[in-house]
Formats: sequence, C-alpha cells, structure tokens
Amino acid sequence: MSKRIDVKNLDIFYGDFQAVKDVSMVIEPKSVTAFIGPSGCGKSTFIRTLNRMHEVIPGARVEGEVLIDGQNLYGRGVDPVDVRRQVGMVFQRPNPFPTMSIRDNVLAGVKLNSKRMSGKAADELAERALRGANLWNEVKDRLDKPGSGLSGGQQQRLCIARAIAVQPEVILMDEPCSALDPISTLAIEDLINELKSDYTVVIVTHNMQQAARVSDRTGFFNLEATGQPGQLVEFDDTQKIFNNPSQKATEDYISGRFG
Amino acid sequence: MTAPPDEPRGDHDPTATSGSVATRPPDSPGTTRPKARATRRPGDVVFSGLSLASGLIILLILVLVAVFLIQQGWPAFTADSEEISGGEGFFGYIWPLVAGTVVASIIAMVVATPIAVGIALFVSHYAPRRIGVVIGFVVDLLAAVPSVVFGMWGLQTFAPQFVPLFGWLEDTLSFLPFFEDGSATGRTLMTASLVLAVMILPIITSVSREVFLQTPRLHEEAALALGATKWEMIRTAVIPFGTPGVIGGVMLGLGRALGETMAVTLILSPGAFTWNIIGSGNNTIPAEIALNFPEASGLRLAELIAAGLVLFVITLIVNLFARWIVAKRSEFSGAN
Repeated sequence: MSKRIDVKNLDIFYGDFQAVKDVSMVIEPKSVTAFIGPSGCGKSTFIRTLNRMHEVIPGARVEGEVLIDGQNLYGRGVDPVDVRRQVGMVFQRPNPFPTMSIRDNVLAGVKLNSKRMSGKAADELAERALRGANLWNEVKDRLDKPGSGLSGGQQQRLCIARAIAVQPEVILMDEPCSALDPISTLAIEDLINELKSDYTVVIVTHNMQQAARVSDRTGFFNLEATGQPGQLVEFDDTQKIFNNPSQKATEDYISGRFG
Repeated sequence: MTAPPDEPRGDHDPTATSGSVATRPPDSPGTTRPKARATRRPGDVVFSGLSLASGLIILLILVLVAVFLIQQGWPAFTADSEEISGGEGFFGYIWPLVAGTVVASIIAMVVATPIAVGIALFVSHYAPRRIGVVIGFVVDLLAAVPSVVFGMWGLQTFAPQFVPLFGWLEDTLSFLPFFEDGSATGRTLMTASLVLAVMILPIITSVSREVFLQTPRLHEEAALALGATKWEMIRTAVIPFGTPGVIGGVMLGLGRALGETMAVTLILSPGAFTWNIIGSGNNTIPAEIALNFPEASGLRLAELIAAGLVLFVITLIVNLFARWIVAKRSEFSGAN
C-alpha cells in the first residue's frame, strides 16, 4: 500500500511565473519525508504537484516527471481524479465537510468511488479509518453528529481518517499542524509515526522541530531572492540535515540565522 | 473570605471618614484606572439609533398593513354567507382562489428551481469566467423586465404556442385529473404558471449563484483531493453548502410568484377552481383583486381586502416554513 515517488527535473509555473525550479528527488516507500524552508519557497506548491492538486489553480502547470512506482503522473491520458485517489492529501486547516456527520465525512471519499457498500461494511470501514487516525475512542458515541463540532485537532484527525479510508498509496500533508495547539500537534505527530508503517507520508512543515521529530528524510527548499523560483537546496537523512548539513544555506536556516 | 491587608475596605480604612465610606470607589485613592463604563462615542450613538429606527420602521409598516387588512376586511368574515359573492360564505369564496394561487406558485417553483440551480452552477463553476459574467448579467437583466411585459408576452406569444402542447398532454396524460380538456386559447393556469416560472428564475438564479460562489475553497479542495470529479465535488461540497441559500432564494421566488398580479391577470381567463390546469378556469388572489378592485365597494371591497389578508398570511406561512427548514439543518451548516 505504499509506493516510491520519483521526481525528475520538475519545474512548476503559475502562468508565466516560475514558482519552483528543477526539483529531483526520490521519496522512499513507508517513510516520512519532510519539507522545510522559508515562506514562499515553493514547498506547498511542490507537494501539491504530487497529486496534481496544483492544477486547481487556473494557469498552473508543470514540466518534468513525477513517477509513482514508475508510472508518470503527468503522462498522457492520466486522469488527475485517479491520481488523487492514489495520493491522498491533508490540508493546512482542518476541512471536514460541514454538512456531513462524522461518519459520513470518513466515508465521503469511499462513496465517491461509487462502490455500493452495505451499512455493516461501511460501519466497519469507518471504525477502521477512525481507529487508524486515533480518533475512534473520542467520537464513537457521536458518529452522527456534525464533524464541525469537533475541536481543531480532532477535525484534523477526522480529515486524516477521511484520507486513509480510501486506502491511498501516499498521504501528503501540507502543514497539518499549523492551525493546532501543541497537544493536538503531538497527537498528529504520533499518528504520522504510526501511518508510516503502512503509507508513504510526505509532510510540509514550518516547524523545524517537527520535521526533526517525525521525518526520516528532510528536504530544504529555499529561494535566492524574492521573485526568484524556489529550489530544493538539500535533501538528505533528517539526522544529517539537522546535525551536519552539507550546504551553508541549510545550516543558516536550521540554526535560525534567517527565515 | 478575608480581604488582603493592602486592599482598603471602607470600614477598616483608617483614613476614611464615616461620611465618605459609602461614596468612595473601591480603588485605593492614588491609583487611576480606566472607568468601568465605556464612553459613549457620538458615532456609535448615532449609528445604533439609525439602525434601530430602520428596524422599527419595518415592523411599523408590517403592523400598519396588517391593521389595515384586518380592519377593512373584517366585514367579509362576519357577513351572512348569502351576502358574500358566490353565496357560500367567505370560506367558500376564498378557497378556490387560494388553491389557484398556491397551485400556480408551486408549479412555477418546481419548474424554475432546477433550471435556476443549473444556471447558477454553470455560471459559478463551469463557464469560463468571462462567459459566466455575461450570462449572470443577462439573467439579472431578466429580473428588470416589468411584469406587465411578461404578461403581454405570455398572452400573445406563449399562450398560442402552448395550445398544441396542451393537446398532446390531453391525449397522453388524460388519466391524470390535471390534464383534461385542453384550452383552445392557451389562457390557462399552466401558461400563467410557466410565465411565473420565467419571472422568478432570475431571483433564484442570482441568490443560488452567490451562495455557490461562496463555497469555501477549502471544502472544494477537500473533495477534489479525495478523488472527486468536478460533478462529485459539486455534489459533496458546493450543493450542501449552498442549500440553505438556495432555499432562501426559492422562497423569495415563491413569494414573488404568490403575489404576482399583472402577468396572471393578463394571461388567465378566470373562472372557478378546477384541477384541470390546461383548461380554462382558475384564478389567483392577486388577479382577483386587480380585476375587481376598481369597481368594488361596500362588502365586495371588504371581501377583496380580506382576500389580501389571506394572501398575506399564506406568504407569512411560506416564510416561516422556509426558516424552519433552514433552522432544522443549522447544526450541520458549518456555522458552529
């Protein structure tokens, strides 16, 4: 259920503006990969190209290749809808569907795949996904209540449950804890550690300690100047990035000298 | 509970004289604190006064209208049933008109709502921005066409066009009580309802388009990231979010259809109530009032004003019903 992602010479544009320049990397299956870097360096833009979500913004396009187990996401005839069913995503702000109950939120993606499932199978799947997101014990007595009634941290775990209910190969998280308090953040970080035994997890974070805590590999994005495209400066084992980075810019950033 | 020693209390404070105890503030004498009461700034006072007055004016107008209707219409409720038009009392007089009004408005609503929602979705989510703006503008322009124009158009163009359609309905669906003798002129409740549908289309479309455009991007992206196609995204994120607003728009449209006078008056050749909506007959309250008001006097006038009161009550019920529907779902509206 987890796949290797190969990014080859990826350039990302919004209209005429190049947002990210020439990124190549290999993301290993069943690992957590974190992207850090200053605001506006293109890390969120980059992660959105891994499930073709950047295309939602008019004028956005890419050049280069993203291969998941050898298959190019940007190949001819590849439907972005199929890509997104394989590569799930969790957003910066928790976004459960406000009009749906907790249970329906979890099952929203599964129902889209238009599989008819019995009530019992649906209940089991909802429970499995909620257990997988460490939320089951908190919500099992109020599955029919609206998802928007939960706390921010619970809502974010609900979104993770919704993402894993469709059994994707990869889970992308775009600053999943930036709107959460420290305790909820800890809950999500624990969850990320558990998720990596089944999924390939890619996370963007502003919080360097978080990257150090949860990830196996870390990529540092930076831009040379405002208006210039973002670049992948260094991509290595998390230990190495935080203890002994090979680039001066990385060292400056992680030691807090800029950014 | 004992007070901390440094907090002077009136009766323990050695400097206090017995006369000043009651009037002294609890603060110690030297400290200056901001006054507990907020200063009333003139701008706030003026603005809150203005908005209060505006709110009261609405209530006042409503009360005055209600008082007028009840006062002037009252004789119709108390008169002997033989004296009322038709000779069967006020209820016997009013129910065919109520039925005609409600049936016409419901047909208009049922026809207009899906089309309006479709246009709104097209404009907000499918059309390229420029085309969407143009279509939105044209739809809004439709709302500016005076109802008497719609009435003339309905009478001259729409009604004759419908005669063959009514013939077909009569031939194929005559087992239903709604489709029996097709009218030869086309001046039927069905024609009036369809013209009403055209007239309420812009308001439902405008309101729906606005709420669909307000769907949070976050929810749309949530659906897309789960692998939703565009239509699935609209079904999961846009429509549920917009439903209360669409209901509001439909109720506005229904309110207009219930009260629409000119178009119905021109199109309909009025008569007694019949379920046969493609035959002649039927009438609505506003058309009845408009047709008869100029010559009415005495009890007849009271009858018509009482009919206006009934229409007023129907509109009130429709609005309360709409609010109830919206409130019932408020737990899931995302507002909490």
